[in-house]
Formats: sequence, C-alpha cells, structure tokens
Amino acid sequence: MLTRKIFLTAALAAGIAAFSAPAFAQSNVAEGKKLAFDRGKGNCLVCHVIKGGEYPGTLGPELVDIKSKYPKREELVAIIYDETKRNPLTVMPPFGRNRILNAKEIDAIVDFLQTL
Amino acid sequence: MMTLRAAIRFGFSALALAALAVSLPALAADKIDPVADAKAFKKFFYEKFPKLKPEDFVNGPYSMDEGLHKQWVEKEEFPPYEFAVDLGKEMFTKPFKNGKTYEDCFPNKGIGIRQNYPLFDEKQGKVVTLELALNQCREANGEAPYNYVRDEMAALTAYMAFTSRGKPMDIKIPDDPRALEAYQMGKEYFYTRRGQLNFACSTCHVQSPGERVRTEVLAPALGIMNAMPIYRSEWNSMGTTSRRFVTCNSQTRGVPLTPQDDEYRNVEYYLSYVANGLPISGPGARP
Ligand code: HEC
Ligand code: HEC
Repeated sequence: MLTRKIFLTAALAAGIAAFSAPAFAQSNVAEGKKLAFDRGKGNCLVCHVIKGGEYPGTLGPELVDIKSKYPKREELVAIIYDETKRNPLTVMPPFGRNRILNAKEIDAIVDFLQTL
Repeated sequence: MMTLRAAIRFGFSALALAALAVSLPALAADKIDPVADAKAFKKFFYEKFPKLKPEDFVNGPYSMDEGLHKQWVEKEEFPPYEFAVDLGKEMFTKPFKNGKTYEDCFPNKGIGIRQNYPLFDEKQGKVVTLELALNQCREANGEAPYNYVRDEMAALTAYMAFTSRGKPMDIKIPDDPRALEAYQMGKEYFYTRRGQLNFACSTCHVQSPGERVRTEVLAPALGIMNAMPIYRSEWNSMGTTSRRFVTCNSQTRGVPLTPQDDEYRNVEYYLSYVANGLPISGPGARP
C-alpha cells in the first residue's frame, strides 16, 4: 500500500495521469471495499470493525494489519472462501463455498483487505 | 499466526459447543435427557457471564451490558408496551359472538399461566404454544384466527405475560415419547446450521451473546423466551415470538418457516424448557 501511495503521489506530482496498472488496482480495491461493506454481499461489517465502515459488529476480530498477519493472498482467499475449513465452529459464513461471493469478488475483497 | 482473540474463540467454541450440542445426529442412539441438558445449558451461561444472577438473563440484550441495563431501567418507567397490555386486557374479557371469552379457554381464566407454555398436548400429539392456544380458542368459538405476527396476537400475549411476571418458567415434558421427540427436534433445529450464511440459532444466541451485530446486541439463549412478546423501538411496535423467529431467519438470508410451524413450536419448547426456573419478564421492551 505504502509503495502504491508513494507511486501515486509521485505520479500526480509529476502531473502524469494515473497509469492503467495502478488505476486498475485502485478500482479493484474500491470495488472490494464496496463489496465488503454492501449489506447484500460481504456485509463484513456485521461482524468486523473495518476502517471506514459505520456501525460495525463485534462477532469477529477487527480487520487490521492484515498484510502482516496474512502475507499470502491465498490465506485470505481461503478464509473468505470457507473459514469452516480452518475452524469448523466459526460463525463466519463460507462466502465462496455457499456462493455468496464469486472468485472475482473475493479477489477484489482481498485487494481491499491488503490495504488495511 | 492466529490472533489471540481468534485463538480464544477457537478454544471457546470447540469446548463450549461440544458440551452443549454434542454432535447431534450421533445422539440418536443415546438417551435424550432434558434434565441434564437444562443443567449443562445453565452452567454454560452462568460460567460465561459470572457476574450475572440467573434472573438477569431474562432481559435479553439488556442483561449483557451496563449501559444498556441503564437504558432498560429508564424505559421501564414509561413502558412502551403498556398500550399493548391494556388492549390485551380489554380483548381478553370481551365476549366473542357466541358470548364466550378467552377466559373460558384457559385454566385460571388465563391469569398467571404464561410460564406453562408451550405445553405438550397429548390429545393433539404436539407442542402447543401460547400463540397457537389463543388461535385455537378463537377457532373453537367460531372466530377467525389472528395473524401470528401482528398486533392483536402481540396484545393478547403481552397481557397474559404481564399477569405472570415473576413466575418461574415451568415447562413440563410429559411421559410420552412424542413429547420427548418434539423436545429433541427443537434442540436439533436450534443447533443446526443452515442457509446461505450457515447460521444456526445457536451461532448467534449461544456462541455470540453480548456481541454486536451491527448495532444490535445479541441476547443470550438462556431465558430468551421469558420476555416475549417484545416491543422494539426499531419496529415501532410489538413483536410476537413468531415475528421474532421469522425475523431472525430472514436476517440470516435463510428462508423463514411459516409462523407456528412444527419446528418453530418445537424450538420454543426446547428453549423454554431449558429456562425452567427463570422468571417470566414479558412483555419486554428492546432498543
Ligand atoms: C457472522 C460473522 C462474520 C462475518 C459476516 C464475517 N466474518 Fe470474518 N471472521 C469472523 C470471526 C468470528 C473470525 C475469527 C476467526 C474464526 O472464527 O475462525 C473471522 C476472521 C476473519 C479474518 C481473519 C482475521 C484475523 O485477524 O485473523 C479475516 C481476514 C476475515 N474474517 C475477513 C472477513 C471478510 C472479508 C468478510 C466479509 C466478506 C467477513 N470476514 C465476514 C466472523 C465473521
Ligand atoms: C445472525 C444472527 C441471528 C441468528 C442466526 C438468530 N438470531 Fe435471534 N436475534 C438476533 C438479533 C440481532 C436479535 C435482536 C437482538 C436481541 O434481542 O438479541 C435477536 C433476537 C431474538 C429473540 C428476542 C430476544 C430478546 O430478548 O429480545 C429471540 C427469542 C430469538 N432471537 C430467537 C432466535 C431463534 C429461535 C433463532 C433460530 C431460528 C435465532 N434467533 C437465530 C440475531 C440472530
């Protein structure tokens, strides 16, 4: 995130319109955030405190420092896809297995999580 | 790797739930033992919330947090369910077209008997909740049944609960295999995960009482029937037990059952039985 921020700042400072690569990444993050907050989609706020989200619940841990806790994308994908694999008694819904979110949507949410 | 909190959760849920639900299908061969269930159930909640007295649990989310408890005390000074109790009282004594009243359908004219419901009716061979008994009374007297999730039913049950306040829940399981089976079915329903979100009733009310889902604080399953029906500010009206069950199911993107479906009545039987001894506190008021 930090590098991306620096890059963007630099790009803007130089008066260069955002490159397509970071612009794509950025919109994937925005899309992921939207999906995570959307009550009809991830609705992750029901259970997690997430920076920028209103009225969070407390059923799950606050989602912070995600990148240091889960450096590998696949770990995050796995948690969202089906956390009952790691913890059969978890209250977290199996978003992928139960087709609440598709692979692309999970991917975008992971991009967003990595900015937290 | 795992956060401390997650680690605690892993340990907690594994132990606690195993103790309560003991892999349900496997139980079939074992003896169904409601007395032991109720003991384990209470022990679980008393240990989880060591500061609460048993009778505190009957105030749902208000028992879970001091700030909320204060709100509750303030609310009780101008109870928002009062209109429902008054209306229920009026309805209760007003004659049907045939001249009879609800009083004629119930023991002790319906006063101070809320704690005995649901009961297992051996003649009908099924669990009869207070809401069902009221509609059976109407139909036996040639009146159309009320909608289970609407104000009339809420008013009648509010009044009946009000006349029973403080009486310990007193649910009986008669010596009848069908009664025991209904109890067991209710228990299984309560602990079975279902729907797209993979929630059981117990996911919220056993694993997570006191936690917030968005702005709502989850009530503990112990004593969860004792305050019904409830006035919810968010609904701006009273809600029957039927309304609450249907709402819980819909909130989880599950397909709710029809009010007073067998499974709902059985789950109410289970939840009420394991709360035996805790006082009736209904009607309740909620944020
Ligand atoms: C109904 C509750 C609930 C919902 C909804 C939910 N989670 Fe979770 N989540 C949990 C719980 C509880 C944990 C703790 C670990 C466990 O129970 O296995 C958790 C753990 C996590 C973790 C690991 C965090 C850590 O610090 O170890 C991540 C990442 C996560 N959730 C992401 C999400 C995302 C993204 C969504 C929405 C798409 C979501 N969760 C929706 C309850 C929920
Ligand atoms: C995803 C979470 C969730 C699930 C699953 C769930 N509920 Fe609830 N329930 C709630 C919320 C939120 C409330 C409102 C706050 C409160 O009172 O607990 C509530 C309230 C209740 C109440 C009223 C408690 C009171 O004192 O106000 C009852 C009774 C109840 N639920 C029963 C059930 C039953 C039975 C099931 C299963 C069929 C169930 N719930 C499943 C979230 C859930």
